[in-house]
Amino acid sequence: MNDNPLIALAGYFALLSLFAVGGANAAIPEMHRIAVEVMHWMSDRQFADSFAISQVSPGPNIIIVTLIGYHVAGLAGAAVATAAMCGPTCVLAYVVARTWDRFKEARWRIAIQAGLVPVSLGLIAASAFVLARSADHNIYAAGITGVTAIVGFATRINPLWIFAVGGVLGLSGWL
Amino acid sequence: MSASAGATTPSVTRPKLSELFRAFVIVSISGFGGALPWARRMIVEQRGWMTAEEFNEAFALSQFLPGPNVVNFSVVFGSRFGGAPGAAVALAGLMGPPLIIVTILAFLYARFGDLEVLGRILAGITAAAVGLLIAVVAKMAAPLFRKRWDWAPLIAIAAFIGVAIIQWPLPWVFFVLAPISIALAWIKR
Repeated sequence: MNDNPLIALAGYFALLSLFAVGGANAAIPEMHRIAVEVMHWMSDRQFADSFAISQVSPGPNIIIVTLIGYHVAGLAGAAVATAAMCGPTCVLAYVVARTWDRFKEARWRIAIQAGLVPVSLGLIAASAFVLARSADHNIYAAGITGVTAIVGFATRINPLWIFAVGGVLGLSGWL
Repeated sequence: MSASAGATTPSVTRPKLSELFRAFVIVSISGFGGALPWARRMIVEQRGWMTAEEFNEAFALSQFLPGPNVVNFSVVFGSRFGGAPGAAVALAGLMGPPLIIVTILAFLYARFGDLEVLGRILAGITAAAVGLLIAVVAKMAAPLFRKRWDWAPLIAIAAFIGVAIIQWPLPWVFFVLAPISIALAWIKR
């Protein structure tokens, strides 16, 4: 797309931020497509590792773009990627927040919100699929994923415990 | 500003900019696996800056907008209490500490990412994190598939196939499916 990786980072993530209905989790497949398949910025494994690091870090999950940006172009890349992912949507949020009271009851507003729910659900499901393909190389990893899905669905356990167990199992060399 | 909410907010106090900043710093560093419950606890239960209804409304707006919900929420909340400076302060509080932490982690990963031990630990964490993501999908899907909106699951499945299987760019899938889905939601109501 462009020789300068900073411009490519800024362009891709600014565009992506406007389509990420459902937040960071919905944008994972597009990030993967661009970073791994189109731009060859990182390997499949490096992408999966970045996802893991963003999950165990405090703060919003969107912080994965900071990791991708750093990987591509160091500190400048981290700053550009983060600003591009947050900037356009923050400006939009600021503008819309001032007019929200006027249309919060409007029928078109309610239709848009209801209509976007299934789209973002499909996108988040696609995220899980793309990441599972990167992460579950063998039956043990797939087993961890399966058990975690059930535990996560059925209980309200703090995810840090689940990550800790996953990390220890990974360290033990089964995966 | 929120003068229209005057009837419901006699007990609601207005935070100063420094308090706004500190509150979002705390929300951000406690927010593993989603900052929303922490934001709600801080803003509604501990500080009394919003009633539960106001919080739900501000959060509905944040979900309505594209991009990370919690980031949107910090801007919506900050701007309501402090205009543009309030929005900037809340956003800085939310993003500042994680940015510093993650930059350090990115540096360490660039240094030691090739270590086999680290790779094994991260592989285990990824496998678990994917499981949690599947749990999120299941929780979101349950009410959608239970309702009588027969079109909603079809849209979700189409979005999944477009992005995950055919691997179209996200904007394409969005521009095809979002208008259809919104039109169906409009008609069905």
